[in-house]
Amino acid sequence: MIEGISTLTLLGFTLGTFLALAARFLKVEADPIVEDITGMLPGSNCGQCGFAGCGQAAEAVVDGSASLDLCPPGGKGLVVNMASRLGVDWDFSSVANDAPMVAYIEEDTCIGCTRCFKACPTDAVVGAPKQMHSVINRACNGCTLCVDVCPTECLQMVELETTLDNWRWHKPRPMVGQPQTVLS
Amino acid sequence: MPKLNIRGGVHPNENKTTADISIKRVPTPERLYLPLKQHIGAPSKPVVVEDEIILKEQVIATPQGSVSAHIHAPCSGHVESITEWSAPHPSGLPTPTMVLVNDGNEKRGDISLPVNPMFLRPEVIADKVGRAGIVGLGGATFPSAVKLTLGQSRNTPILIINGCECEPYLTCDDRLMQERTKAVIDGIKLLSHTLFGSETIITIEENKPDAIRRMREESKGLGNIKIMPVPTRYPMGSEKQLIEYVTGREVPAGKLSADIGVMLHNVATAYAIGTAVRYSKPLTHRIITVAGGAVERPGNYEVPIGMLISDLLEFCGMREDPKKILMGGPMMGQAIPHANIPITKGCNGVLAMSATEAAQRDEHPCIRCASCVDACPMGLSPLTMASLLKKDKLDEAVEIGLKDCILCGSCSFACPSAIPLVHYFNYGKGEILNRAQQQQKDDEIKRLIAERQVRMERLEKEREEMMAKRMEAIAKRKAAEKAAAEKETEKESEKEVV
Repeated sequence: MIEGISTLTLLGFTLGTFLALAARFLKVEADPIVEDITGMLPGSNCGQCGFAGCGQAAEAVVDGSASLDLCPPGGKGLVVNMASRLGVDWDFSSVANDAPMVAYIEEDTCIGCTRCFKACPTDAVVGAPKQMHSVINRACNGCTLCVDVCPTECLQMVELETTLDNWRWHKPRPMVGQPQTVLS
Repeated sequence: MPKLNIRGGVHPNENKTTADISIKRVPTPERLYLPLKQHIGAPSKPVVVEDEIILKEQVIATPQGSVSAHIHAPCSGHVESITEWSAPHPSGLPTPTMVLVNDGNEKRGDISLPVNPMFLRPEVIADKVGRAGIVGLGGATFPSAVKLTLGQSRNTPILIINGCECEPYLTCDDRLMQERTKAVIDGIKLLSHTLFGSETIITIEENKPDAIRRMREESKGLGNIKIMPVPTRYPMGSEKQLIEYVTGREVPAGKLSADIGVMLHNVATAYAIGTAVRYSKPLTHRIITVAGGAVERPGNYEVPIGMLISDLLEFCGMREDPKKILMGGPMMGQAIPHANIPITKGCNGVLAMSATEAAQRDEHPCIRCASCVDACPMGLSPLTMASLLKKDKLDEAVEIGLKDCILCGSCSFACPSAIPLVHYFNYGKGEILNRAQQQQKDDEIKRLIAERQVRMERLEKEREEMMAKRMEAIAKRKAAEKAAAEKETEKESEKEVV
């Protein structure tokens, strides 16, 4: 019996050491650019880009099969960041500078089913069973995962309200008076 | 040593038509609207409730956080409500505002007569300035007490008093220096004492000879206070430009004037500090210039803070419907969307512009004449920054100095093609802020996602443990039952055997 135990222990040790060493020295290196881009993406795996998660989206962005403006929650800032990391010249004025969207709960139709806050990857929805739920705007990144699970359709995405804190000067509109040429 | 060549600057039409009209006191209207945020920093916290009876000069809101300010009631009466009201801001968006109803009795609480402040410790004076709710009255609205404490903790051997008033139209500081010279000098002496007797230079633009003369007479014999007339050139009254002109030293990008040993206060702030510390009178009124082609009786008015601009304009009379209303001067003032906006601590002028004054030139393409480069007091290249911002190349614009732009408007004024350069820079600065806020939110959201993951894993583990325990318990119970059953059968069999 001792023979059997010692053989198996020895075998376990040798194979374990081999595996540990292999994990260290034969590590498959992920593309560092993909890692960087994954770090930039929100990480909520909401799927609005059409990929299963942020990691896959990052791979697609890096190999060029997806456009840089694929991520609605990331917005314009993300496009700018990714373009500078990838060294791509991107016309930022073509990116819609939409107001950020956040989830909003219609209080009259909320039945307190708790499904939305179970789905929320950022804990932005608060509530309790059979109690009204509410969204914390500061923590909502607009991933829309909660909208799909709501049984009463009381959850909608709305534009973040403009307040004194997030009001900004708009971009000057193009010139009114057109230049006069000699020929005209 | 004063610097002889001044960089940039422009000479707009002065329009200081109100310079000869003495200051009038405006009667307090029926209602006052006091926004809880009239200063840089966190909004103040109300300490009175709706329907509470208040006395004149009573504290109605206290500071929240280290950079904030007290707010006092400019009238006696009661608090009608604490509600949302249009802010003194180009958007006119609502902001928490306290509405006071004036009973007209001007009833005050007891005032304890203060000791001669010149015998008080400088730290105590800074505290008194804070309790009087004084903020930078030149328009920056930075809480003065915070600034003084900063000046005390760093070494600031030079105190500059800014009486330049380089904005066209505005004459309130000019009139203040002419009419209340004694009180202004008293406030300046106090400020100098608070900063441990620093050398004090009062700067006044050369276009105010009367103010220079009166201030000279009044400050005669005061060793460490000097009057320095400065050339009339916009933006002479801007902090960085003035410090460079007076001391020859430049405030480095992203640094404070205190870092190079200079403290700068506006004359109106000095006056407010003087009356607050010597007579225990908090900041409840301020002097503003009301001017512009649409005003019937332009002039300088001492106005209760919180008075609506519409009430003030009604008091001054209107010649025509104003095309545009500005808070502040025509160069850096903010156009407000309507007149139902209150006067706050930082407002030094209300300009109701007639249609001819507010007429805008049509924009034309840039002809690369570099007039804006010559006009820029910060030595930037406005045309390059604007063309980069037009294409949303924010990083490149920041690289060539967008963050150093002081938004003085000299470039827009100088541009022969009427390109809205400052508007571009306002937009660019807003985008910088947006990016910073977005970055902050992204980081916060990543943190939330990570925390949720950890929590979910923990809950899963706990659930598994609980399941395991329960299974064990069930197994135990079953075992016990089985044992009992076996015993029973044994007994039975024994009986049978017996």
